[in-house]
Amino acid sequence: MSYSVTDPSKRQKFIAGTLVILYALITMVPLVWIMMTSFKTPPDSISYPPKVFYQPSLEGYVNLFTTRTRVSAEKLASLPPPENFAEEIVRSRNMVIAGPSKFGGRFLNSVIIGFGSTFLSIFLGTLAAYAFSRFKIPLADDLLFFILSTRMMPPIAVAIPIFLMYRQLGLSDTHVGMILLYTAVNISLAVWLLKGFIDEIPREYEEAALIDGYTRFQAFYKVVLPQAATGIASTAIFCLIFAWNEYAFAVLLTSGTAQTAPPFIPTIIGVGGLDWPAIAAGATLFLLPVMIFTVLLRKHLLRGITFGAVRK
Amino acid sequence: MKQLKLASASVLTLAASTLSTTALADDLTLCWAAWDPANALVELSKDFESESGHTMNFEFVPWPNFADRMLNELNSGGKLCDLLIGDSQWIGGGAENGHYVKLNDFFDKESISMDDFAPATVYAYSTWPKGTPNYYALPAMGDANGWFYRKDWFARDDIKAAYKEATGDELGEPKSQKELLQIAQFFQGREIDGKTVYGAAIFTERGSEGITMGVTGALYPWGFKYENTPGSYDMEGAVNSPEAVEALEFYKELYSTATPPGYTNSYMGESLDAFKSGQVAMAMNWFAFFPGLYADPDTGGDKIDFFVNPPQNQAGSTLGGQGISVVSYSEKQEASLEYIKWFSDPAVQAQWWSMGGYSAHNSVLNSDTFEASAPFAGDFLLAMEDVQDFWQEPAYAELLLAMQKRIHDYVVADQGTAKEALDKLVEDWTEVFEDEGKL
Amino acid sequence: MSETTVDRVARKTPARVARKVKGLSDRAIAWLFVGPTIFLLLTINIFPLIWTINLSFTNFKANRPNRAVEYIGLRNYERILGDSDIWLSMQATAHFLFWTLFFQVLIGFTLAWLINKKFKGNDLWTTIIVLPMMLSPAVVGNFWTFLYQPQIGLFNYVITFFTGADPSSFQMLGSVDLAPWSIVIVDTWMWTPFVMLICLAGLRSIPDYIYEAAEIDRASKLRQFFTITIPMVLPFLMLAVLFRGIENFKMFDLVVQLTGGGPGSTTEMASINLKREAFEKWRTGYSSAFAIILFVTVFGLASIYVKALNKVKER
Repeated sequence: MSYSVTDPSKRQKFIAGTLVILYALITMVPLVWIMMTSFKTPPDSISYPPKVFYQPSLEGYVNLFTTRTRVSAEKLASLPPPENFAEEIVRSRNMVIAGPSKFGGRFLNSVIIGFGSTFLSIFLGTLAAYAFSRFKIPLADDLLFFILSTRMMPPIAVAIPIFLMYRQLGLSDTHVGMILLYTAVNISLAVWLLKGFIDEIPREYEEAALIDGYTRFQAFYKVVLPQAATGIASTAIFCLIFAWNEYAFAVLLTSGTAQTAPPFIPTIIGVGGLDWPAIAAGATLFLLPVMIFTVLLRKHLLRGITFGAVRK
Repeated sequence: MKQLKLASASVLTLAASTLSTTALADDLTLCWAAWDPANALVELSKDFESESGHTMNFEFVPWPNFADRMLNELNSGGKLCDLLIGDSQWIGGGAENGHYVKLNDFFDKESISMDDFAPATVYAYSTWPKGTPNYYALPAMGDANGWFYRKDWFARDDIKAAYKEATGDELGEPKSQKELLQIAQFFQGREIDGKTVYGAAIFTERGSEGITMGVTGALYPWGFKYENTPGSYDMEGAVNSPEAVEALEFYKELYSTATPPGYTNSYMGESLDAFKSGQVAMAMNWFAFFPGLYADPDTGGDKIDFFVNPPQNQAGSTLGGQGISVVSYSEKQEASLEYIKWFSDPAVQAQWWSMGGYSAHNSVLNSDTFEASAPFAGDFLLAMEDVQDFWQEPAYAELLLAMQKRIHDYVVADQGTAKEALDKLVEDWTEVFEDEGKL
Repeated sequence: MSETTVDRVARKTPARVARKVKGLSDRAIAWLFVGPTIFLLLTINIFPLIWTINLSFTNFKANRPNRAVEYIGLRNYERILGDSDIWLSMQATAHFLFWTLFFQVLIGFTLAWLINKKFKGNDLWTTIIVLPMMLSPAVVGNFWTFLYQPQIGLFNYVITFFTGADPSSFQMLGSVDLAPWSIVIVDTWMWTPFVMLICLAGLRSIPDYIYEAAEIDRASKLRQFFTITIPMVLPFLMLAVLFRGIENFKMFDLVVQLTGGGPGSTTEMASINLKREAFEKWRTGYSSAFAIILFVTVFGLASIYVKALNKVKER
């Protein structure tokens, strides 16, 4: 192999490696900057020139999770000593903690809607993909293409009738409404990807099972499902990432009860002026799980992206 | 007989109110914009909670998203808000589309009189159709667009001398829009204590209502009118009058010659930031922020003073402020009305002002101590005498978006002339009113 | 799908075994499995689409429930196609589309080609490069506005560092000239990895023996690149362009956060314009017509493109 004419020379590899690593490092700068900003104090975050070295502070995170009010110096002096580090940080800005912020709730909404819609997409998608893969369904190809083409609609365009429909059904700003919507958006891709994975599983396994006296149903979940597990997992990650990151539907169809984090984070403001460390803290907490996911599951994920695209 | 009726009515309401307080404690959600007065309202409402047994929740949305999200919420028939402190321009839509509960019967029952509130605020925040005794809100927060400046800089001898030398005038609170421009241009790019400072922070925001609220601060003093005759929707010659063109050109000159760099999309928050960071000599903003600015440890106190939007051809200020309404989709209307009743009490209104909210109640505004209670209180009364508001039509959002676009295109993106911008605005607005069937 | 499993099982299975295949018939199972998905798609995709078409012929306004709804024929369509602002937003979209695709293809392909040199640790670095495209465009876009701040923003500072220009002398998001480029930069940063991954799949699909044969023919490396690498990767590259093209035509979240369509209407792309019409002005009928026009445009362009793509594949 090492003598293969197509194998690049050591020098080529070195140059290629250097360039790619350089690009990777540059591409990471904005993400690293988000994390760095989340540990700055508000004055440090807006200093000129931008500070690369600074005294780390948890003020951004404290501000993210609390609401605060400004109090007079006399009132501040009359208060009992701060109970914890959060109170201490807030007091140093002539403020007191008035209560928790809405961030926790919005984050939880993201989790509920993200996992709920992923579960539903995968559940329905696997069944449908199996049927498309194994049975003769009239107009199957046209149907699949049409399902996929609805994804070409701009989300705002889809949101117009959905808004009217949800208003009639009372589904506006509800978790159920958002789960159903994200499922509907995700399911076309899920069916498409899963059908590909299930197509790859040899039919002989099921046939053998059928001959052994399994019902079709048993054959499906005892033979096919375990075989498709990896495919299902990587499809699930795609659905989850979509639902997690989605903004347009969330901003138009939710206002409070079921609002997810993406429309909420940009609206975090401080007391008197923008609070970039708090926004950065929210962004960090929201983005970090996806980054970790990506690095840990890179094999499935990267395969899924190319697989999904190239198959179409 | 009449007295007896009144008495029995009040006994009834008393019974009713005690009944509802004891019978069920509700979880109420009040929606408003996220800004200083909202924090004060949270504090104020603690008294209501302890008195009534209800729990208050708050949903505060930052200004740039406030109208968008709340109108969306109302239009989707959402139940998020029981009480809404909605912007004055929403009242037409709130009333005609049935988003707000009509409060006349409730006011009669609880003997809350709109005569107890400043007429300008009742007119702007509560009535629809405009000026008729049909009330959809109780004036909650009086507000107008005003100015504040670095009193410490204006008082410095070296700066005063330099101003005199540069312009031949004495440096002081501007008495006209053109003087304001002159002062702003004087400060633009000047070195003060080793730092480059700029003239004025004004509103230029594109996304919601910012630049419209800013530019009307120039349009009204020049004598801008929405219609030739009120109620006729004939805008040609009014909206694009020579005075309006001159005012718009003035605002563009103010923007391009006397604002900090990068000031292309700024509203309340940016104006506050620019002032607090010592970047600007003057700034426009809503009176709502003045208590907070005055209390600021770094740039407040001795270093700040306030003035009303200067006149030009006439006096005029842009109206802000909101009334508090009960959302018709709420399932807790009884408790919500209870809140309004509590809020309308003169004692609560006095407390509201002392905490930084602008009460519109006459007992507060007309009291002997009001003007002396804060350095901006007198200016506030002055501003409220000559306030004008944007369209309050049900189609207000369309009208506003058209103006945002035309003005931003001209002032910030530097496209076309002022006359062209206003001509196009007349076209846009005409189209909206034609769609409405009003033209 | 000419021969179904049922047929095959039936053919292979002796009659006495076939009787043992109990439970629901295959046909029933097929519909049971596909049914819920079809139902969901009918209610949340197809029915709304039909409703939108219907609405597009009316003057309906979703914020005016008490107003009479009238059918006004093709008037909405006429107004949209005759509206110069709509055409300006289409132009803004086209500018964004062209330049994002241009840079993403250029950088994405180069990166894939470099990664395919199989240097040590290439899969880890690939993963790191891929990170931006996995993240929420709204959250990241919002933070980019901070990076683009004059004075305090990192982006302006870096430009200053390399060019010596005053960091407060230019505003990426506020200037009419720079704003269209500021969104191209962020989108390129986010989505180049996608093009890269697809190209990488293309490069890896080229069997080594083709190069070996070329080597035997003494074809130069440059010649190999243009006669083997490029043609073999082209179908993949075109696919990547198709997906990015559709996505960027729909672009909303990133640009809304970055510029909100401003300054003026410089970066007001089709989706942002549609959002203003539909959910700020509440001209539901009008915006439904606009939505249909956009859908037909994407669908039409994509169909033509797919035809071209198939021709390339056949070669």
